[in-house]
Amino acid sequence: MELALALAVGALFAGGTWLVLRRELYAVLLGTILLSYGVNLLLLASGRLTRGSAPLVRAARDGLPDPLPQALVLTAIVIGFAVSALLVALALGLAHGDGDDRIDADDDGERP
Amino acid sequence: VTPSAHWPLVPVLVPLVAGVALLALGGAALATRRALAGLATLVQLAAALVLLDRADDGLRLAYAVGDWAAPYGVFLLVDRLSAWMLVLTACVATAAWLAACGGDDRDSPRYHALVQFQLLGLNGAFLTADLFNLFVFFEILLIASYALLAGRSRGRLRATVHVVVLNLAGSAVFLVGIACVYGATGTLSLADLALRAPSVAREDAGLAQAGAFLLLVVFALKAAAAPLGFWLPRAYAEVPPATAALFSVLTKVGVYAMLRLYTLAFPCFDLGPCGPSGLVLPFGLATVTLGAVGALASTRLATLAGHLVLVSVGTLLVAVGTFREAGQAAAVYYAAHSTLAGAALYLVAGAIARARGDAGDRLDRPVTWRDRAPGLLGALYGASAIAIVGLPPLSGFVGKVALLEATATEAGRIWPVVLGGTLVAALVAARAGSTVFWRDRPGVLAAPGGDRAARGAALVLLGLVVALTVAAGPAIDYARATARQLVDRRGYVDAVFAVGSLSAPVERTAPPLPPVPALAAEHAP
Repeated sequence: MELALALAVGALFAGGTWLVLRRELYAVLLGTILLSYGVNLLLLASGRLTRGSAPLVRAARDGLPDPLPQALVLTAIVIGFAVSALLVALALGLAHGDGDDRIDADDDGERP
Repeated sequence: VTPSAHWPLVPVLVPLVAGVALLALGGAALATRRALAGLATLVQLAAALVLLDRADDGLRLAYAVGDWAAPYGVFLLVDRLSAWMLVLTACVATAAWLAACGGDDRDSPRYHALVQFQLLGLNGAFLTADLFNLFVFFEILLIASYALLAGRSRGRLRATVHVVVLNLAGSAVFLVGIACVYGATGTLSLADLALRAPSVAREDAGLAQAGAFLLLVVFALKAAAAPLGFWLPRAYAEVPPATAALFSVLTKVGVYAMLRLYTLAFPCFDLGPCGPSGLVLPFGLATVTLGAVGALASTRLATLAGHLVLVSVGTLLVAVGTFREAGQAAAVYYAAHSTLAGAALYLVAGAIARARGDAGDRLDRPVTWRDRAPGLLGALYGASAIAIVGLPPLSGFVGKVALLEATATEAGRIWPVVLGGTLVAALVAARAGSTVFWRDRPGVLAAPGGDRAARGAALVLLGLVVALTVAAGPAIDYARATARQLVDRRGYVDAVFAVGSLSAPVERTAPPLPPVPALAAEHAP
């Protein structure tokens, strides 16, 4: 279980990093989404992995799953979703401008 | 519980309520929205001043949000550093509001609402005593800043995309850092972290150190430190001046978080030369250097202002990176100064760009002014340039002298860079000023006029800089007391644990705090 989770987090981070470094904003967007998936898994794992035990049972002190990381992940998902949606809107704005979404094209901000 | 116990909540609650109200009033008359936003900003200023007055007694006001007791509750805590940053934010916000009322708020119908949300994030980040809450407030202020950044022009969209992608990556790293710290210590409350950090199990120490290091990277990105700061000049040059003035507080959040976490919670996870105590200072020096080089190459007044802000951020990081009391006192003083001066410079640059018509703020396009001396504008530029560069007689000079005194033992390494950066900044600012105001170009005329609001706001900010200079004695005393309080980790932990909960105050004392260097020494290579 630990190994599977570690591999999944690693794969998500590797893929996300590769995509974030691309030139097209669409790929970058997918990359940030993959990164946030990897982060969410990692956050979940930070509360230690437990199998088959119920949350928040007072009697069972042993192997109790930690509810806090789950709350953290929930918050992180909401925030990540909102920012991804914003990035989609920005990508659309760029693409509607002149038909491509390359983020490194010559900037016209410096020209009058 | 006396009502006055709720004061720490005011700087968070007021912008939240005002922001939501302003969203709902999106269709209302501009004057109504301005009035509401101005009222909310002034209330925040008043609350910040009240909190500063309280904190000046040396007490820490802890507030248990939702009435959950430590260590499980999430706390807001006001101490000298928090109160100082709150007052600073409120001052800049007031000036930015003044400037925005000159027309920058026509940028978006949600302008004032977004500014209030940004203030919510800023105030919350300065107040919170919980690591995850810090992340949430960071996100709030970032999302508001994305929305304020985004505009219709292509250059602005691009700059926004760069900032959003960088900060999304930064947020991912932030969360990884939080996961590591939580995995190793089992807590995210700063007070509890300070308590538990020294007794982290040996096999978890590496995880905790990795977490502390990743968080340092994130704060460096927010503070626009050397290799992670290239986004700042271009992004800030694209937004209206009132927004850029407000943004000048944003970099200070990263610096604040470094000061807070690496004095309180993470001294035990320090990696020596590879950790904050070894890295912040050299990267601060690199930031000064790169900022100075960038300033030399700037062709616009706004990007020049951005690079001068980078120089001042670098100076600030050098002060923080000493991790000594005198250096951190200089950092507290200089943080206030550089924020005010940077905001003023952005406002003046914006006013100049408008007065010059088509030439805007481009330095390679001299224009002839219609009346020979655009007096007030020139004086404002001169004053804000002197302030941000750090020449006498304004407070930047006081701050830099305090920094140089604090680093006298390492003068050979630090002084040449800081003083050289100052020299280059002074040269560049003087060259830009003489291009803008004195170089003639026949046939092209510019009329200094309009934009009274931005000038008024710049005047307010420069007035505050002058006040910080005149009251340098008390201000430095406050900064020194702040630095002393930062080192007093015991006091912070006690303040949080003693509160218990509001409804049922309990007399509790936290378990004894083990000495800091225990773990660091054990794991030193």
